[in-house]
Order: sequence, then structure tokens, then C-alpha cells
Amino acid sequence: MSLAAVPVSTQMPDLGQVTRVDEVGVKERVARFQSRSIKKESKVEALKMVLSMIDLTTLEGQDTPGKVRQLCQKALHLHDSMPGLPHVAAVCVYPTMVGVAKQALGDNDIKVASVATAFPSGMTPRQIKLEETRIAVDDGADEIDMVISRGAFLQGEYGFVFDEIAAIKEACGKAHLKVILETGELGTLDRIRRASVLAMHAGADFIKTSTGKIQPAATMPVTLVMLQAIRDYYYETGRMVGMKPAGGISKAKLAVHYLVMLRETLGQAWMTKEWFRFGASSLANDVLMQLQKQATGVYQSADYFSKD
Amino acid sequence: MSINRPIIFPKTNSGNFVSTEPNKLAFNDGWQYAPAPESTDHVTIDQRYKLFIGGEFVAPEAGRHFETINPATEEQLSSVALAGEADVDRAVKAARKAYNGVWSKMPASERSKYIYRIARILQERAREFAVIESLDGGKPIRESRDIDIPLAAAHFFYYAGWADKLEYAFPGRHAVPLGVAGQIIPWNFPLLMCAWKIAPALACGNTVVLKPAETTPLTAMKLAEVIRDAGLPPGVVNIVTGAGETGAAIVNHPDIDKIAFTGSTEVGRIIQKAIAGTGKRYTLELGGKAANIIFADAAIDEAVEGIVNGIFFNQGHVCCAGSRLFVQESVADEVIRKLRDRMETLIVGDPLDKNTDIGAINSASQLETIESYLKLGQEEGAQMYQSSCAVPDRGYWCRPTIFTGVSQSNRIVQEEIFGPVLAIQTFRTLEEGLSKANNTPYGLSGGIWTDKGAKIFKMTQGIRAGVIWANTFNKFDPTSPFGGYKESGFGREGGLHGLGAYVRLEA
Amino acid sequence: MVAATSRVPVAKTYKIYIDGKFPRTESGRYFPLKDDEGNVIASICRGSRKDFRNSVVAARNAFAAWSAASAYLRGQILYRIAEMLEGRAEQFVAELVLQGVSKRRARAEVDATIDRLIYYAGWSDKYQQVFSAVNPVASSHFNFSVLEPTGVVAVIAPNDSGLLGLVSNIAPAIVGGNTCVVLASELLPLCAVSFAEVVHASDVPAGVVNILTGFRDELTEQFASHMDVNAVIFCDGDTDVSRDIQVLAADNIKRVISRVDTKWSEDAAQNPYLIKDTQETKTTWHPIGS
Repeated sequence: MSLAAVPVSTQMPDLGQVTRVDEVGVKERVARFQSRSIKKESKVEALKMVLSMIDLTTLEGQDTPGKVRQLCQKALHLHDSMPGLPHVAAVCVYPTMVGVAKQALGDNDIKVASVATAFPSGMTPRQIKLEETRIAVDDGADEIDMVISRGAFLQGEYGFVFDEIAAIKEACGKAHLKVILETGELGTLDRIRRASVLAMHAGADFIKTSTGKIQPAATMPVTLVMLQAIRDYYYETGRMVGMKPAGGISKAKLAVHYLVMLRETLGQAWMTKEWFRFGASSLANDVLMQLQKQATGVYQSADYFSKD
Repeated sequence: MSINRPIIFPKTNSGNFVSTEPNKLAFNDGWQYAPAPESTDHVTIDQRYKLFIGGEFVAPEAGRHFETINPATEEQLSSVALAGEADVDRAVKAARKAYNGVWSKMPASERSKYIYRIARILQERAREFAVIESLDGGKPIRESRDIDIPLAAAHFFYYAGWADKLEYAFPGRHAVPLGVAGQIIPWNFPLLMCAWKIAPALACGNTVVLKPAETTPLTAMKLAEVIRDAGLPPGVVNIVTGAGETGAAIVNHPDIDKIAFTGSTEVGRIIQKAIAGTGKRYTLELGGKAANIIFADAAIDEAVEGIVNGIFFNQGHVCCAGSRLFVQESVADEVIRKLRDRMETLIVGDPLDKNTDIGAINSASQLETIESYLKLGQEEGAQMYQSSCAVPDRGYWCRPTIFTGVSQSNRIVQEEIFGPVLAIQTFRTLEEGLSKANNTPYGLSGGIWTDKGAKIFKMTQGIRAGVIWANTFNKFDPTSPFGGYKESGFGREGGLHGLGAYVRLEA
Repeated sequence: MVAATSRVPVAKTYKIYIDGKFPRTESGRYFPLKDDEGNVIASICRGSRKDFRNSVVAARNAFAAWSAASAYLRGQILYRIAEMLEGRAEQFVAELVLQGVSKRRARAEVDATIDRLIYYAGWSDKYQQVFSAVNPVASSHFNFSVLEPTGVVAVIAPNDSGLLGLVSNIAPAIVGGNTCVVLASELLPLCAVSFAEVVHASDVPAGVVNILTGFRDELTEQFASHMDVNAVIFCDGDTDVSRDIQVLAADNIKRVISRVDTKWSEDAAQNPYLIKDTQETKTTWHPIGS
């Protein structure tokens, strides 16, 4: 299904009607996902799927064009000695690096995602956020990862947050919008569920857990709550929204459990890079090591896998 | 206003679910989980099992045996001794001798250490027990590994500590043991029920003659090995395998002081009559038809999970299963839709596969019972929905099943099915929900789901049942008393209250 | 002044007590209660199965409100029964004497009965604290067990203790929130009816206590078999009686409580475990989280 198939209604939802979330129940459900045993061919398939869903990320103050070009090289050539590997879904950089990344990736279908809206805090006036978004898109960003105004949300200024997301969405033009809730600052699963609903109604193409700058970043309970919000929104409107857990997912085994959770919550339609991403910097190498182990039966060393 | 609730289905007056779902989720194609069978390498099952009497494994006097099979394959696992009256008498004599000679004279702190030993050995051999439990009973290895066996060990551990502290359990009273306890347990949690029965009995200073269920004797016989290895004095625990006649011999034996039974209300009634006038003490943990009540203000997704856990845990072979679902009308369609989608993700099949959610039905006869209710439900005019999962060709299987369009007057609502079969009704007000929940001769358990604290307490007080789960379901713990009101039996197992079943109180 | 003996005394009609009212037995049958010399002291209602049935209906109807009444209120009401009994002690002494009990023993029994009511009145808001528990489960749940009344309790009161034995069984049942239907002593029934009058005057809601007189031979089976009775207590009878009660009780898995060997005049006959006999343990689980 293409994103354009269903018109987005941008009407402020009644957050008081959003179903409640019970933390203990969510954790129990997550434990069930984690008790799934993924072996052999289904593990290989899952690991390759994980690779294809990675937004390879560098978001440092010390980022340089050189660093970003290395990252893009890695995105294109994950581990060429192993045939049949997919490449990652996207690279994710700061707005100033969008042009560099675009050029380095050429006309490959790896997307360039740019964080925007005064990432990671979002503490800047709206017109600057809008301008930053437009610049990133103009420079070639295919996807914009915005942050919501958490302060306003926690203050109960839901209309402000809603309007801001809708405005950024408009500024994105044809670029896809990922809305970062920064769940580690929202405090409760109930708020995370409500923020998810708010973001989707305001036009988010993806909802995303975290900037990676705040702990806790992505967790399975948080992601489950967001997936359930996506499912309810889909039931209601027929529009699919994507999900991106980001930060803290560095091990292949954990990533596979995210896929289990995705499969059993939203079903097969979401199990492509079009609808699910991992925001991660070191996950890819652990997945590669696991794939190599599956292929050879021998446990691997990090020295044999490129770090970029 | 656009809100995050699906308002999708046409609804009839009775709140019946009508399946015309747009925006349906798809679970069946694409990435699947490869088989992940638990290894059986470390498990040995003997071709033949004897009786455990007086600390030894002895052949049954009449030489009779019965087969125990793997309900997932219908293949024979072992041949097990069938204890007759003479064997039971021998076991009771051994228990009496152990009671008089050793167990009642031993310092409680020493008794305690023997029970701790059992707990420890069970923990060490947990994986082996889990595999055998799943082979013999059909339950998924995930449950036997994560629930049955660890809880059984925990139960022994908990009651071991009570043995030398009984004077603190009964204020103003002196607790003395009853003597020889005859214990008869069911097939749904074979080892766990052994633990529930044996641990408090021993802690209180009694000796035991226990009969496991006919279809699931193996872990009890393995437990006999553990008890022997733990060095318990001969005769303190005796395990006699068999069927109805063996149970009857225990119930009717004149030198048994107490009967503890877990099973159907029908058999409980027979036992209560059989021991009438004998002065034997008894506790009965019997059937149930628990209401699981979902209010509109509940955490719906967790409630759906609670429904699944309530009725599909252990194939629904659970006396406290949440087999009557009551959903407040305004969220009925949402809950049922989510439940159906969740059911599609349940994996039915090989109990030894670590990914199996629902294993084999315990026996051919239980499957027959369940299927007769599926037929009856449809004949009564209810709408049946089953998940679309594949089931193996051999063995006894039942897909997770829900019935909608039912009311309290349906037999599938009134009678305990003891399978993965849920009857769903709707309600409008709290009073209606409560009144329908209590409209049953049973009173074992109940569930309630709401985000509102005051309502939780009103409902948990209002439901006439011994165990109430609020915003959760089917949780068990050695410290938590379990047992029913009304026809679900009496006496408690677990916790401090569980001690009461095995002592006489003196001033 | 006219001598008292010249006045014709007004004899009391002993009726049964159902749902806060004093009807005559529905059966219309009576039996004479005689003193040692064979003189008829009173006509006693020979309560019938229908009287029992009506009593159970009343007790069931009264259960919801009585079990929901505060422990404090139940304690107050039991205390009030004691007060009323104290005020009418002479009448009870006289009735016991009339039934052949010595004056001294009669006085002692009435005093003990009053004290027993005070004893149980005091337990109303305490037994729960003694017998409930917070259970430290391993998972992230708050788990607690409390006592709740069993429901409608049928009591076959002791034959040999017309007042104290009666009250010693009623008090622990009702202080715990149960409602009851009581079959009074067949040999010493007078005080039971008078006690009903005391109950009636003591703010006990209608239906909480129902007292019948009549023949055990006729009524024991009813007490044990009624499907809307949750527990049956019996205080005398041989093994056969005990067996019959248990067999009949099994049809709805009644709790069967035998108090056959209890000496009602002893201190040991009063303790909170008698309250616990007609209590169920309810365990509640709730997640701890946000």
C-alpha cells in the first residue's frame, strides 16, 4: 500500500479516549515475545530483514563529511565477502550532512534521512524548525526525523504539539515524516500511547521512539505500545503508519525479538523496510557476525567486520 | 472528532459480533518460526513403572499395568503399575508406620530440611521434568519449563520453611498434624499438583499416600525418585498410580485421616459422600466457570492478553480458566476483533517446540468432551470462531475457539468445558456484569479489568470466588492461597492459609 | 391490694422468627413442652420444611446488605443484643428454670450468654486483621487474602444448651457477616424464641437471624440438603446423623461443621476460629506498575 492511498485526516484526536496501558501487562507480553526461539532458516531470514531495515546513523557534533562518506560506504557495502546481503534502508544524518550523504550514495535506493527541528531537544521557535526542515528536504533528504516538543506535551499543550507536527509534515513535501516522541522523556506508557495517537493523526508517516541522546531510548515495552497504537489507527482509518525504534538496539538477538513483536502485533504487511526501521549505529555489525556464524557454524570476532 | 477507537462493525441487539472486518491484519504468510524442539537427550523414561511404597519401588500385587501415552503423537511412553486395594493398603500402612515411627517424632527443623532438599533437587532436574511433563501431558514446553516445574520447586521451598514455624501461623492455638493424608490429583498440572499436596502435608508433619492422574503419572514417579534421592524416611511419601478404583481405595481406606482432592465437582461430591460420617478431614478443589469481566475503561490490549492467558493457558485445562468472558458493550467489537487477531498468532502443535503456545489436549476422552461442547454450542445457536492455524495429523488437538451470541442460559456458558473454548457475552452496567458473573454454582476465580481503582475494589469484593485477578489473570504463587467458594470446593492450597488443611488446632 | 395469685396470668405464645417477623408455623402444627411433672408449659411451633424454605429465602435476601455492613456496625449490633439480653435477663432465667434448670445454673447461663455476645461483638473488627494476609508473591503484583462470609448458614443448635449453645453458634456466624437459619433445641426451646425477640429489638436487620423450633427428625434433612444454604453446622447427634448430614450437604458442596463435642459453658467454646469456620478466603491479585 502506498502512503498516498489513504488521505490523512489532520484532526486533533480526543486523547482522553485513548485506551489505557498497563505497564506490568505490557512487560509480560514482551517477555512472551522474548521467549520465542528463532533458529536456523528463520533466524537467517530475520537477520537479513534486520539489515534491510537499518537506518545507519551518525548524529554527533563531531560529524564531518569524511565520517559521513565512510558511513555511506558501509551502507552500500555491509560485508561484501558475504554474498546475497541486502543493504541498509537509509543513512540518518544531521541536516548539514544531507548533501554529502546524497552524493555519496548516488542513485542507489538507500534513503537519506535527516533529523530536523532542532534535534535532539526541539527547543527552538517553530519558524526555525520549519526552515530547517525545508532546507534538509531541498538538499535531498528523503525522510525527515523530527522531534516533538516534549515540554509542551507534558504541559498538556496537545494542540500546540499537534499543530507543529502538521506544519512540519506540510514542510516535508514529498519527504516522509518520522515523528520522534523521545519516549524516555514522556515518563509513562500511557503518555507514549497518547503521543503516538497524536502524531499519527497529525500526519506522521512513521513514529519513532527516541533521539538516542536520552536514556532510556528504545525498549520493547515502549515499542509494543507504539505498535499497538499504529494497529488501532490502522483499524480505524485504514492508513498504515511505520515504526522506528531507535537507540539501544545493538544486538542481533534483540533486533530479532523486535521482529517477533512486529510480526505478532501488526502482521506481515509491516515486515518491510517501508514500514519498519531500526535506528542504530552498531547493530549492523552484530547482525553480520551472527549471519557469518550461521553460515560457518563458528563464533565470530569483531575484528573481521568493518567499523565505519 | 476522530478518536483512537475502531467503530466498525454492525452490531445486533445482543451485541453479537458480525464479521465484516476491513483493514484486516495478516499473520499467516511471510516470515515464520522454524521448529525449535526442546532436546529430549537428557531424559529417560522407563518402559515400566512400579509403585513407590515405603521408600521402595514395588510391583503391584495383582501385576496389573496401564499405558500412558503422549497425547501429541498417541504413542505409548510407558507402562505404569495399577494399584489395587491391597497396594493402597500397603501404602497406607507404610505411611502410618512412618508417621508413628519417624515423621511425627522428628524435630520440625529437620523435617524442614528434607523438604528443602526436594525443592533443590527439583530445581536441578527442572529441564528433565519439564520435558517429561510435556511429553506425558501435552502441555507446551514453554509452560512446563517456565511455570509448572519452577512453581512446583518454589512450592516445596515455601512450605519447607513453615515446618518449624507453625506456632506462628495459628494465633492462640497449637497445631498438630492429622496423620496420614490421602491425596488425589488431576492431570492438568501433574507435578505442580503433587507439590501443592505434598509440600504442606509434610511441612505440617503428616505422611502421604498420593495418587497421580491416570493420564499423567510420569512426573509423579520421577518425583518419587527425587524423594528417594532426598533421603526422606521410607513411607513418608508413597505414590500409587492407578485409576478410579485406586482413588476409591484411598478415599475409603479406614486408616486415612484426611483426603485432599483436586478434580471435578462431580467426583468431589462423590468423595464428600463416601467419607461422610467417618470423621476424615477433607479439602476439595473442584471445578470452575470463571467470569472474566472487561470494562470499557480497561487497558484493552492488556485485557485481551489476559483473556488469552485466561482461557488458552494450558489448553484451557485449568479449573480457574476465565471461560466466561463479559465485555462491556461499548468496547465489545474492539475487544473481539483484537482477540481474533491475537488468536491468529497462537501456535498450536508440538508441545516440545519452544514456540508452541497451545499443546495437545490431554487425552482422547477429553478431546471428545470438548468437541461435544463445540457441537453443542453451535446447536444452541452460538457463533463459533476458531483460529486458522494448522494442527498436526496425529494426536489430540483443538484450535483456540470463541463463541459469541451466547447468554447465561447456554449450556456452554454454564458447564465447565476444560478446553480452549471461550463463551463471550456482553453487559452494559457494573451491576449487570456482577450479577451475571455470580450467576453460577461455581466460585473458584474471577477476573476484572478496569483502570478505575474504586471499581476494582467494588468488583473484587462483589465476585463470589476464592481468587480474583484484577487487571491480570491466571497468576499463581506458593505464597498465594488458592481455592473456591460454593461448588468449587473448600479449603485453600498455598500460602499460610494452605497450612490449615493439614493440621488440627488444639487450645 | 389484690393478691397476685388471684390474677389470671397471660401466657406467652411461642412463635418462630422468620425475616424479622414472628409468624406461627406455616404447618399449623404444635407440640407441647412439658415440665418434669408432665405439665404443659407452652405450645411450641413444630416448624416445617416450608418454614425452613421461607427462612432461607429471608436469609439469602438479607445476606448482601449484612455482609456489606461495616465491621463496626456489626459489632455495635451484637453489643446491642447483649444489652437487650442483660435488660431481660430475669425472663431468660425464669424460662430456663421453667424448663428444669436450677436457678443458680440458669443465672450463670444467662450471664455467660451475655458475655459471649460481648466477646464476639469485640471480634467484629479484629478477626479480619488476625486471619488476613498480604502474600509476598514473586511477580510484580500486590496480593492479599481476606475473609468473606460463606453466605447462608444453617445451624442445628445444641439440644442440651437452650440459650448459651444457641447464641454461641449464632454470634460467630453473624458477626462474620453471614446470615443464618437456626433450629433451636428441641428439648429446651423457650429461650430460643425469647432470644429471637431480643434480636428483633436490637437493630438486627430482618432475615439475618431466623429461628425455628421443631423436630430434628423432620428438619435435619432440610437443613443439610437445601441448595441455597452454603454451610451447615450441627452440634449433636450420633454418627448416623453426622453421615446423613454430610451426604446431603455434598449435593452443593456445603461446608459441614461439626461441633458435637463442644462444652458450651467452657471458655474454650468461644474463640475466633468459630468465626473462621464460616468464612471463605478470597485472594486478590493486582499488578504494581504505572
